Amino acid sequence: MAERVGIYVCHCGSNIAGMIDVEEVARWAGQSIKDVVVSRDYKFMCSSLGQKLIEDDIREQGLTRVVVAACSPHLHEKTFRRACQNAGLNQYLCQMTNIREHVSWVSTDRQKATEKAKALVAAAAERVKHQRPLEQGFVKVNPATLVIGGGIAGLQATLELADAGYPVYLVEREPSIGGHMAQFDKTFPTLDCSACILTPKMSEVGQHENVKMFTYAEVEEVSGSVGCFKVKIRQKARHVIFEKCTGCGICVEKCPRKVVDNVFEAGMGYRKAIYTPFPQAVPRTPVIDTANCTWFTRGKCQVCSKVCPTQAIDYDQKDEIIQIEVGNIIVATGWKLFDCTRIPQYGYGRLANVFTNMEFERMCNAAGPTGGKIVLRDGKTEPRRIAIIHCVGSRDVRHNQYCSAVCCMAALKFGHLVLEKTKAEVYSFYIDMRTPMKDYEEFYQRLLEEGMHFVRGKVAEVTDAARLPDEQGSLIVQVEDTLLGTQRRIPVDMVVLMAALEPQADAKELGLKLGISCSMAGWYTERHPKLDPVATMTDGVFVAGACQGPKDIPASVAQGAAAAARVAGMITAGKVTIEPIIASIDEQKCSGCRICNNLCPYNAIEYDEEKGVSRVVAAMCKGCGTCVSACPANAITGAHFSNEQIAAELEGILWDAIADGRPASAAPDGSKAPQSTPVGAA
Amino acid sequence: MENFEPKIVGFLCNWCSYRAADLAGSARIKYPPNVRVIRVMCSGRVDPAFVLKAFSMGADGVMVAGCHPGECHYIEQNYKAMRRFYMLKQTLVAMGLEPQRFELVWASAAEGQQLAEAIERMTDNVRRLGPLRWAENWADDPQREEALQHIVKEHEEALEVIS
Amino acid sequence: MKYAYYPGCSLECNAAAYDMSVREVADLLGIRLQEIDDWNCCGATEYFSQDELTATAVIARNLALVDPQLKQVVAPCAACYLNLKKTDRLMAEHADFNQKVNEALAAGGLHYRPGTVQVRHMLDVICDDIGEAAVRDKVVKPLNGLRVAPYYGCQVVRPYPGDENPEYPMKMDHLLSWLGAEVVDYPVKAHCCGGHMTQISEPQAFELIRRLLQSAQDYDADLIVCMCPMCQLNLDGYQGRVNGYFNTEFKLPIVYFTQIMGIAFGLDPKKLGFGKELVAALPVVRAKVNGLAAQAAQ
Repeated sequence: MAERVGIYVCHCGSNIAGMIDVEEVARWAGQSIKDVVVSRDYKFMCSSLGQKLIEDDIREQGLTRVVVAACSPHLHEKTFRRACQNAGLNQYLCQMTNIREHVSWVSTDRQKATEKAKALVAAAAERVKHQRPLEQGFVKVNPATLVIGGGIAGLQATLELADAGYPVYLVEREPSIGGHMAQFDKTFPTLDCSACILTPKMSEVGQHENVKMFTYAEVEEVSGSVGCFKVKIRQKARHVIFEKCTGCGICVEKCPRKVVDNVFEAGMGYRKAIYTPFPQAVPRTPVIDTANCTWFTRGKCQVCSKVCPTQAIDYDQKDEIIQIEVGNIIVATGWKLFDCTRIPQYGYGRLANVFTNMEFERMCNAAGPTGGKIVLRDGKTEPRRIAIIHCVGSRDVRHNQYCSAVCCMAALKFGHLVLEKTKAEVYSFYIDMRTPMKDYEEFYQRLLEEGMHFVRGKVAEVTDAARLPDEQGSLIVQVEDTLLGTQRRIPVDMVVLMAALEPQADAKELGLKLGISCSMAGWYTERHPKLDPVATMTDGVFVAGACQGPKDIPASVAQGAAAAARVAGMITAGKVTIEPIIASIDEQKCSGCRICNNLCPYNAIEYDEEKGVSRVVAAMCKGCGTCVSACPANAITGAHFSNEQIAAELEGILWDAIADGRPASAAPDGSKAPQSTPVGAA
Repeated sequence: MENFEPKIVGFLCNWCSYRAADLAGSARIKYPPNVRVIRVMCSGRVDPAFVLKAFSMGADGVMVAGCHPGECHYIEQNYKAMRRFYMLKQTLVAMGLEPQRFELVWASAAEGQQLAEAIERMTDNVRRLGPLRWAENWADDPQREEALQHIVKEHEEALEVIS
Repeated sequence: MKYAYYPGCSLECNAAAYDMSVREVADLLGIRLQEIDDWNCCGATEYFSQDELTATAVIARNLALVDPQLKQVVAPCAACYLNLKKTDRLMAEHADFNQKVNEALAAGGLHYRPGTVQVRHMLDVICDDIGEAAVRDKVVKPLNGLRVAPYYGCQVVRPYPGDENPEYPMKMDHLLSWLGAEVVDYPVKAHCCGGHMTQISEPQAFELIRRLLQSAQDYDADLIVCMCPMCQLNLDGYQGRVNGYFNTEFKLPIVYFTQIMGIAFGLDPKKLGFGKELVAALPVVRAKVNGLAAQAAQ
């Protein structure tokens, strides 16, 4: 039986009607397209009256298919689907075609725009006849949430959810939560002590009844989808039994093996082979660094085991895989520091007194390796002149094009600390001073008044090759001062490089496990840069903090809270709808060639050894359709984007070319203007 | 053939390039009306058969547009689209199709302007070529070898961007 | 491995030592160099600023003359290397320009399609094509005890640095370490020697030369090795004038990297062109390289 198609062409006020002859499009469609029983134009289709028009026609005219030619389906597809649903027509039997964004708004010639609109309407009409009713599925949302990363963004998200009464699993790679913020001394622009504001949050998380914390652990595998993810967590062997350890610290004190701490102390200080990263660590349970422990490397020592009052040391402990189930996942994995040796002309690693920003953070920290004293690499000499170089690895096409967002303010903070703690002169070498947030510009003004020197220009090199007598023994910063328009050489004793924030080295790998993508620069991609900044393209996976792009503490906290709010919303709703746009395999046609198996990035296609056929796991399929177009046997169907539907759409969209009788082989004659050949007949 | 208006079919992915076209509209960027859009969920959905069908039904050009490498909504399916594209393009050009008639474009949801420019460029190119006259083109084209080599080179460069 | 060889004018006279040592070392490493028949001057740095089209055509003629069997041309001189490379790129990137250049070439019955010949520097060929193992294999007199400062200059690493960091290239550092030398990691190894500035303004030129010598000396270099005839001329030939101008006492020998390779490979210093430099290098090499002095005495 033939379908009964209704066509609705929207004027959108003058937005569409101003450039397209909508009456003509509706009239033409009604006359020329096969199976069209109603074809109307209307001022505003999305208005309640417009929707009623469709609903009435479905009821009264017995429409079985609906085409709405209006704006982008991203704007109003839901509206018209709902209207169809209201009138008892399956919502997937409604097709929108975009004659506003794609035609009227971008065209300048009314006649050509009208022709294009006709083609698009014809395409939608041909397609819609082949569409099938589909049902949306529902999945219950597990109220538990996984938060990956225990930095400030992850902690905030964890607390928001836990305080709301929902269970949270927090996974942190390092032995303690706290993240980079725990390494800082002061925070800009208020200069409040980082530890003072962070550690209460850390202990709150550590003690929260709704939080289950896995530190020194990593996410191994993620399967399932929104509402019911299954996650495998690798709890790395601490070699300290968590339940027995009281955190007294005597093992750390007695451990004879000192190791350079490249993580927390940024290489500036030492820790023991059994250690907690810092005194306020949460949890207090230490870990044994087996690569350096003398028992593990040489089979001698066991001092920690001897001194432990609770027999908590277990040298034989193995990594453990823990399985959990959660409804949503918040990714807050943060950033890593740019490797400054990649810019050799700045001398890091070659010239002793060139420091990175993280080294300098530790140096300024009263609990740090120098006890908060700003000194040269020899550990005692106070510098007289300090250069702070901005944008090291940021805003540089050779490394990272983006701005790292926090360095200008951190440099100002450093300047303040230098002026407060020492008698040194301090120079900032900046390209542009970026202080856009609340109270930031005021802080810059304050530093101008405090006497920090500002030189606008990108530093060419830091060298110890002196040219003039007063440069001898100094580090010389060679820079073009773009405000003075002159080359300058400024001798200093110490250089601090404001290294860029970069995505974690394994960000992509974790992204693959979670099914979320990274931008070219390697940051996780949010669903929409403005309107959906913490969701990702994978339902149920949210991002927060610097893993989505460089950002400072306030922004990370805001994102952590925002992600938690989104998750709380999901949990409260209790269920999520699942789009039925997925692939399915006809077992009769499948030859078992397995070409499709490796094409799926979600591993949603499994192979049935017994039957020798492949099968799509519906819950895991995201509906991209790549397997559909790869199947040599046409055994795979993409629901709502089937081969038949797209072929029909092609026939409609090229109706005039077909009517022209101008398939590839014939000599063309463009002068023939097709008028009323029935499209569906083709 | 002075008033020749080519008909070009554009397969745009739902997440990046279709939205880029939406953005071009919202920003009222003007471009020629010759590209008619078919929305697919992913550029990876573009079956080579669709392209052949489009040409056989009288399209003068076919454009495939997707998310930038590394930004695919489906993680990496645009790479698969890319591989197919170059394979198909090479075949089509070897069979006498002018290379400008089949193009691959990356456009993120923010790149309305870039997509509009790509459409304008392609429309101009195809307009210059005139209607698809495959039968006549089947004869030897002296520059075909060069064009084929260029496609191979382009593919290699695209692969470099990925790695 | 066989390459087309473009020696360039300098290597015929003031940089004869470079040419000699390149041929000797290449021979030993199995690099077969086939000199381009009837090659002409690359125009050095000046010609490009006078008339780009003519300059390019003059250079393109050399590329067009490369034996079609050979896909790569080696140029030891930094300026020649850059000019050949730049010409190939310019022609590849600008179709109109390419057409004009080829019109000019056609007058001489020649044609060059950009991309057909890959332009390589000698250092590149030795480090990448021959590689560490083969070079180490040939070392019979390791340069242990000799502190060598590698000097890259501008043109080999800029603007086409390849996989090198143009601000701090490392290839020659690696090569010298394979020879057993103590490589001096000094900060000015890719700074400019002044090029032809000596002909324009001596005070400016001398200051640029002084900086390089000073820094190498500050880092206790025994000698500087370079890979460009212009650099060698400035640092060696003008060293006396620089000393006079600044009242300094630099006495740093400047040789080509292929010369010092030849020493490590046990080749005859005379065949490597030692003795052509003004600040004598051989006495320093003999004095510093462990065991070499004794050998020389025998």
